[in-house]
Amino acid sequence: MRPIISVLSALVLVVLAVVPFAAPWLQFVLTLAMANGMVALGVAILLRAGLISIGHAMFFAIGAYCIAFLSRLGINEFLVLLVLGTMGSAIAGLIVGAFVVRYRAIFFAMLNLAISMVVYSLIAKMYSVTGGTDGMALQTPTFLWIPLEKPGFDHVLYYFSVALMIVLGYLVQRYWKSPLGYALSAIEGNELRLEYLGVSARSVLLAAYVVSAALSGFGGVIAGSAIGHVLPDFGYWITSAQFVLIAVLGGIGGAAGPFIGSFFLELLHSASVNLTDAWNLITGVALIVVIVFLPSGLYGLIRKRRRSAS
Amino acid sequence: MSHPLLEAKDLRIAFYGVTAVDGITFQINEGEFVAIIGPNGSGKTTFLNLCSGYLKPDSGEVCLDGISITAMAPRSIAHRGIARAFQIPQLFLDQTVLDNLLIAMAAKQGIWSWFESLGAGRRREEAMELLALVGLQDQAGQFADALPEGKRKLLDIVLALALKPRLILLDEPTSGVSSIERFALMETLMKALRQAKVTALFVEHDMEVVQRYSDRVAVWDAGRVLVQGPPSEVFKNAEVLHKVVGV
Amino acid sequence: MLGLIIPLLVDSLTSAALIFFVAVGLTLVFSVLRVLNVAHGSFYSIGAYVAASLCLWVISAGLSPWLTFVALLASAVILAALLGPLVQSTLIQWTLGKSEAVQILATFGLFLILEDLQRIVFGVSSIAEDTPMTLLGVTSIGSVTYLNYQILLIIAAIIVVFGLRMMLVKTRIGKLLSAVVFDREMALSVGINTKRLFTFAFTLGVFLAALGGALAVPTSGAAPGLGAETIVLAFAVAAIGGLGQIEGAALAAVIVGLARVVAIYFAPQLEAVAPYIVMLVVLLIRPYGLFGNDQARRI
Repeated sequence: MRPIISVLSALVLVVLAVVPFAAPWLQFVLTLAMANGMVALGVAILLRAGLISIGHAMFFAIGAYCIAFLSRLGINEFLVLLVLGTMGSAIAGLIVGAFVVRYRAIFFAMLNLAISMVVYSLIAKMYSVTGGTDGMALQTPTFLWIPLEKPGFDHVLYYFSVALMIVLGYLVQRYWKSPLGYALSAIEGNELRLEYLGVSARSVLLAAYVVSAALSGFGGVIAGSAIGHVLPDFGYWITSAQFVLIAVLGGIGGAAGPFIGSFFLELLHSASVNLTDAWNLITGVALIVVIVFLPSGLYGLIRKRRRSAS
Repeated sequence: MSHPLLEAKDLRIAFYGVTAVDGITFQINEGEFVAIIGPNGSGKTTFLNLCSGYLKPDSGEVCLDGISITAMAPRSIAHRGIARAFQIPQLFLDQTVLDNLLIAMAAKQGIWSWFESLGAGRRREEAMELLALVGLQDQAGQFADALPEGKRKLLDIVLALALKPRLILLDEPTSGVSSIERFALMETLMKALRQAKVTALFVEHDMEVVQRYSDRVAVWDAGRVLVQGPPSEVFKNAEVLHKVVGV
Repeated sequence: MLGLIIPLLVDSLTSAALIFFVAVGLTLVFSVLRVLNVAHGSFYSIGAYVAASLCLWVISAGLSPWLTFVALLASAVILAALLGPLVQSTLIQWTLGKSEAVQILATFGLFLILEDLQRIVFGVSSIAEDTPMTLLGVTSIGSVTYLNYQILLIIAAIIVVFGLRMMLVKTRIGKLLSAVVFDREMALSVGINTKRLFTFAFTLGVFLAALGGALAVPTSGAAPGLGAETIVLAFAVAAIGGLGQIEGAALAAVIVGLARVVAIYFAPQLEAVAPYIVMLVVLLIRPYGLFGNDQARRI
């Protein structure tokens, strides 16, 4: 089983590497897919503890808007923007997380949704600061302080995203196999037992929440940079729904899952954009189909494959 | 030893107007195996819940090593050295037996490591040793939800032991275990506890187990301690025999 | 001063009334079925669209304008009868007993589907239809004017609060519902037909949400995106009152209505976020809402 995965992964990487030359029209779509995948990875982290955030688009938006503000202030180096934008999302994650990790199940889900709607409203209404529904434009950033034209930057961004995706995927995979990752699963398994073993479920969850917010920040920065413009829609509930669907779709594949789900969905979206407008309908149906027809339902999908750690 | 390991001072708690624990003052000394017996509803499990932080008393105090733990959260109490095994085994049913124990051991050693794997270092071997101690080593790879009731109880106890506690609270350790296996379990358990120098407080309904494995028996009735002492004495007491054993 | 307080009160209570209808449906369904239906807000918005369309038809068919009131009520009834049992017996019933994650995702999926269906059926523009409101006219007390329609809404809400409580306490089905809410396992073991009860409760919830949407049409019309705004607001109100608490939802609706209207009068940019600020403050002090409680695990 193992060698097949390695071969497949290598193939995928080769394909990704040649896309900008072989199929340049896919480069933009794939960059966005990778950005979405990062956010979905964040959502998947919380799913490990049985918690669904249907408001994670807020951290995606915060990351994107952070770099828009920084760009307006004259900070234009991509790597700096990446770090600062992600930190912005992480800090927001810390603040929101401190409140929401006291809750579970539907309360957790709805609180995340409610807070994200507040963030969305604020962004959409504060025209003078955020440009309201017009959004904000970004200058093409420099990379490693080398100035680039947009097409050149887009190439660099694409390859950078592939590299970042691999690094983040690896780190999250390690996280999931570590004691802290198992503690996260244990919260869904038996939170009471975990507390009686001396572990603070809230602290474990808060750490996970901040990490997931940071991942969403990475996604927001990359998406914003790729599009060159940020809009309040980045934080809309529909966007959150997409991230949830991707996370659920990709559930089985460990840390690679969200990216696989994201590629699949993004390509599907591009292919069908001329056919239908009812993307929410499709997302909703897909969500229900996935959770109904998977053999052990969502439980088996998101949670551990029945395979021990040791 | 200047003070007892665990001391309850005038503990009182009532639910919906019914007093469950009525001014209990009780001590457990280091190294003792103390059994609590009594009719159902006499407040035994409530007492365990008060000692492990699940419940807060209406009045009174619980002290560990002289320090009041009454207001502490269960996880702080766990850190201080009291481990709890439950009447209904509290396991991570979606993990394997071995992983259940590894999580417990990681919790003891520090759950905040995210870069090493769950079974890193010697942890896996130590876990297998602990499982072997109670005869669960063959079930290591099974998922906890596939275990029969008796084995689940064992696993629950082993998880508590993984904390290397000073005091372990056992809630009916032999319930769900067949009478044949009962003594084997207690024999192994008590030997392991003595070896690790763990003090034990256990609620039990099986009088033979109590007689054989406890240093001191406390008879509970309607939220109060009726009588306590070595098993040989207590079981001669007519009132005890009547109320608890039903003779 | 009076010139400020009366409109403030009337506006607040009107706003409270509308949000109460949808919030109480949400909280009722939660207390009986233990499912928080993320798609609940969509019933409100579909109710609004259907009611608006029906009213427009009444007018264009040349019927008496007073029939628009009937249209409002009828649309809620029709929707509840059509969608309630359908959704409950298919999706909701399937999610019962499954993990909460599944329930959330299933109802979220339904929400997404309903949002797009609305867009496909009713289009992307808003519909305005204010006949019922203009028919009732206005009342003036001194320099203060308010719409009689607002009073109608408030009265309707009060009727619903008392009606629900009466139903739960006095009617047979109400007592069965209370039994299921109080101790579900016991109710099941005693042989109560929970499936029928659940269908009833869920349909009632749909009715209340659709009614809220219908009654809101004369003052605010029907617009896209209403479903999403409504579910979050309904949740905020239900959470403030305590999930499952009917009177809690009423009190919470009043508080939120007041907060929104005060914001509109004094700080309009905060109007949309006012309810959530209230929710966050209340939850920080009482994590399960004003009258809510946590379900402790027995060990």
